[in-house]
Amino acid sequence: MTTPPTPPGKLGWRRAKVRENKDETGSAHTVFLDDEHWQAHEAGQHIDVRLTAPDGYQASRSYSLSSGPGEGPAITVERVDDGEVSPYLVDALEPSDEIEIRGPIGGYFVWRPDMGPTLLIGGGSGIAPLRAIWQARTDAAPMGVIYSSQTAQRVIFAEELTQARDMYVRVHLTREEHADYRHGRVGVSDLSEAIEAVKPQLIYVCGPTAFVESVSQNLVGMGIDPRALRTERFG
Amino acid sequence: MATRGFQGRPRTESAAVPPGQYVTDDFPVLTAGPTEYIDEADWKMTITDGTTSKTYDWQSLHALGTVDLVTDFHCVTHWTKLGSTWTGVPVAKVFEDAGVEEFEHALVKSYGGYTTNLPTEDLLEHDAMIAVAFEGDDLTPAHGGPVRLFVPHLYLWKSAKWLSEIRFTDDEEPGFWERAGYHNYGDPWREQRYYSD
Repeated sequence: MTTPPTPPGKLGWRRAKVRENKDETGSAHTVFLDDEHWQAHEAGQHIDVRLTAPDGYQASRSYSLSSGPGEGPAITVERVDDGEVSPYLVDALEPSDEIEIRGPIGGYFVWRPDMGPTLLIGGGSGIAPLRAIWQARTDAAPMGVIYSSQTAQRVIFAEELTQARDMYVRVHLTREEHADYRHGRVGVSDLSEAIEAVKPQLIYVCGPTAFVESVSQNLVGMGIDPRALRTERFG
Repeated sequence: MATRGFQGRPRTESAAVPPGQYVTDDFPVLTAGPTEYIDEADWKMTITDGTTSKTYDWQSLHALGTVDLVTDFHCVTHWTKLGSTWTGVPVAKVFEDAGVEEFEHALVKSYGGYTTNLPTEDLLEHDAMIAVAFEGDDLTPAHGGPVRLFVPHLYLWKSAKWLSEIRFTDDEEPGFWERAGYHNYGDPWREQRYYSD
């Protein structure tokens, strides 16, 4: 478990303006932000978002950046029905609204081109930081993506994944059958096939806790070195 | 600056929560790598100052006597859990039993390679414990069982899961998240999340 050095400079709150609030799947939106002080980020980093109510009450949350290193800041947020912040971001936020952010943050769940062939495994909106990573891919660092979603409707970045001819892509649906996708949970045989195809040096897994636990235990059980596995869990 | 249209949850007159935190009833799992699965019978932990060392297993740890602690705890990813019961052996008790020297810094290590650092006094003069149970049940592997460190007054990444070693040293050595952009100390009440906070 090695990590890069901490960058210099202070990590303070700044105002960022919403450029676009894009509906991806109905329940997931990508919020594109303009921030004149934004410094280039690494694939896989996150930002903190802070909202302030009229009485001064504040709520803050961490969201992975879904934009690649060459792009400006964007987060892809799934609406949690009883949530406090995500319903606002998905349903209420409009272009030219301002929110406070700080970041980019994080030096572990990040990816750089010198890391070589990489397999990305995402569940639900856990695909967000993985999208930032595949945007950074190079010829020298091929990538594979395994993505588990409940339904076809909820597959985020579907078009991008379909068009990415240079990537190994397998999308699984757990709650419905669909001609374009695999049916059922990501199992050991799916993982073996992807590892055979991509020959990854690193595997990034992000998604709901149960998904990440299941996938990472299967990988360790298959003999993958735990040090080659980076995980990010939510919920 | 108010955020247009944002109201937030209804305010409750609940217990004090550190700045930037929200209260959750869940106990989310956050780990940088895969969960470690270690049998109680195989678990061992070493307390060392570099010269004197003592190694504990499940029985010899329990022989020191466990206490219950009802407390709140706070994760840097913004959630706080209120009023949970933890069971474990106070770090001060293990420290005394091991007979190690009170150097200024402690480096904590986990099975799987995770590390975290904190001042020795935060292990000895607060509620820090070597925890073996949560809400009366054995700690699950995902939550750091069979044995984890629990330091409720600092952000939860200091509470290393699958505890394997506590090393007391003269020199401070930053741990895993402390080298990856997170705060060296991590006091939730001063909102010390990231390196420059």
